[in-house]
Amino acid sequence: MISLDIDKPRADTRVVVAMSGGVDSAVTAALVAEAGYDAVGVTLQLYDDGAASARKGACCAGQDIYDARRVADAIGIPHYVLDYRTRFRESVIEPFADSYVAGETPIPCVTCNRTVKFRDLMGLARDLGADALATGHYVRRLPGPDGPELHRAVDADRDQSYFLFATTREQLDYLRFPLGGMTKDAVREEAERRALPVADKPDSQDICFVPDGGYARVVERLRPGAAEPGEIVDLDGRRLGSHDGTIAFTVGQRRGLRVGGAGEPLYVIRTEPEARRVVVGPRAALARSEIAVGGLNWLAGAEPPRRPIPVRAKIRSMRPPAAATLSATADGTATVALDAPEHGVAPGQACVLYDGERVLGGGWIRRAAAAVRP
Amino acid sequence: MSARVYLDYNASAPVWPEAASAVDEALRAGANASSIHAPGRAARTRIEDAREAVARLVGADPAGIVLTGGGTEANNQAVRCSGAERVLVSAIEHESVLAADEAAEILPVTPGGTVDPAALAHAFSADARPALVAVMLANNETGVIQPVAEIAEIAHRHGARVHCDAVQAAGKIPVDTASLGADSYALSAHKTGGPQGVGALVLRDPDAAGRLIHGGGQERGRRAGTENVAGIAGFGRAAEIVGERLEDFAGLAALRDRMEEEIRAVDPEAWIVGADAPRLPNTSMVVMPGCESAAQVIALDLDGIAVSAGSACSSGQVRIPYVLDAMGVDDAEARCALRVSLGWRTTSHEIDRFVVSWANLRRRTARRVA
Repeated sequence: MISLDIDKPRADTRVVVAMSGGVDSAVTAALVAEAGYDAVGVTLQLYDDGAASARKGACCAGQDIYDARRVADAIGIPHYVLDYRTRFRESVIEPFADSYVAGETPIPCVTCNRTVKFRDLMGLARDLGADALATGHYVRRLPGPDGPELHRAVDADRDQSYFLFATTREQLDYLRFPLGGMTKDAVREEAERRALPVADKPDSQDICFVPDGGYARVVERLRPGAAEPGEIVDLDGRRLGSHDGTIAFTVGQRRGLRVGGAGEPLYVIRTEPEARRVVVGPRAALARSEIAVGGLNWLAGAEPPRRPIPVRAKIRSMRPPAAATLSATADGTATVALDAPEHGVAPGQACVLYDGERVLGGGWIRRAAAAVRP
Repeated sequence: MSARVYLDYNASAPVWPEAASAVDEALRAGANASSIHAPGRAARTRIEDAREAVARLVGADPAGIVLTGGGTEANNQAVRCSGAERVLVSAIEHESVLAADEAAEILPVTPGGTVDPAALAHAFSADARPALVAVMLANNETGVIQPVAEIAEIAHRHGARVHCDAVQAAGKIPVDTASLGADSYALSAHKTGGPQGVGALVLRDPDAAGRLIHGGGQERGRRAGTENVAGIAGFGRAAEIVGERLEDFAGLAALRDRMEEEIRAVDPEAWIVGADAPRLPNTSMVVMPGCESAAQVIALDLDGIAVSAGSACSSGQVRIPYVLDAMGVDDAEARCALRVSLGWRTTSHEIDRFVVSWANLRRRTARRVA
């Protein structure tokens, strides 16, 4: 039986569980309820998912909401659906589109956690008199000498700490992540053991509001005219080909360039939306050893250290953390100097800083990254 | 948790035990009311007794009562089958009227929550085609009572017909179809403590109905389909009961007003929508600034109190009340409205519990905002 480390009788401890309709949050809700807490399930409707999800039992909400409700029924906890479509559009989808149009590679999941979930939903949980908000994220919240700390999940393949770096200390204090110490296989077993209706449901993929990974179409619909054709050029500005819009390209991308020939493979080095140019070059040209970071969120203490400190920096969700030195300033910006160059540093992605398993903080990678000559 | 407090009568009133018994008896008796044999004739008797009871509730001729599958169907039939070239509906009509004709012209309401008769007169001056005007008797969200008699007078003067959705009013206030003067009315059984899925279209001219449901000749050719005898029997019994209890219901206004006073004492910034207009005695739409409707409904539900945020869709999500929007209420305030609707069995103690729960929530949210 889990413990959420709250100094109250469990029956008097209200815990709001964010239920997405997937297996992870279903098990989270079951664990919280079985531990004797006053569990309340909440599902957010974030976007219109249209006919695609109009399957069994669906009404004006989609399959995931239906699944979450059935899971809550099975567990025997109250469950509510909140219409957050407007908030989600304003806080997540619109900035996502703007970011792509500006030549960045955004991570909407970070923005969603930071705003819709940990600002708005957490506000609701507090209104309901809840003592904590529990989610099915794979990340650990561990007690430390200066309050709760954020740590990587035990299941390294599932670790979601990269997507939670923007969580504030105040939010972390209120949050609970019961799955952080479990493997995904163990979570599925827990779901099967309880015969939860979503035990066999496949994991969600990619960005929830982007069907089949076609993010460019979503951006085109939101920002008509953003996808204007232009040139693909090499590092010296020589024209190699053409493209239908810079939004379809991200830094480090190799596929879909339709340029080059027998020579070495070409990668997107950067996009220049103003000039409608996509700049390509050899892999070596992607190398970056210094990363400019903005919007730094610091979890290991009240504010980041004034002097440079050694850290491990993770610059993409699928890259392992790499040795680096963090130099933070007082205005929330920082420079991360990598011991060895990284090849996928894309503006708009997060640079998350670790000390071993612990998340120290992180920020957004800015465009001002300096290139190292190959 | 102590017993649940039910303050959502406008969504559905708890069924009267006598109405449930009438349903049960009719269901067990069975038979098709169109059959010639004795069991069929017994079923027919149940229907006609109920029809008379429903007619009595609203001062109508039983011949003009078409029993339907609910208030939505009655509103749909009145609007869709009117044959009018032009349909005018108030901005605060129930969705079963608003959605029945998507080309309908919308009549505005005043900030007080009533349809503006001058706007109707103006609408006729611009277009003289034969029209149907649909204005409800009492709004489901605010409880504000509409000037139906005045609307009907203006409409008739311009050769138009009038449909009145009386679903929320019937059984809660005296409804006299003769003096109101509309050409048709919609009623719903479960708003009066009858079963769900039964309603009535009340016609001033019994032969003036167009058909919505096609098939057999039931309901004098005005509504095909084997009659829902059990539901209709329950409707009839509920109509009798609420007709006898109109005075009791009027007394709810004192309880409702005390609740509103106590809420305003807790938070002077809280306010009541449509408070200056004539309202149903049981309905109160309370705005708690800074706390969204959904949070209020959930918090109160977790305290064992059933209320509503006005209109909710079938998945139970809360939407912004378009009624408040039509009244010109600021969007941010409209998102913070809660509908409390009392009923025949509401007690003073239950209102106390509601006020305590509401005040607790107010304190929590005030702390968060601060």
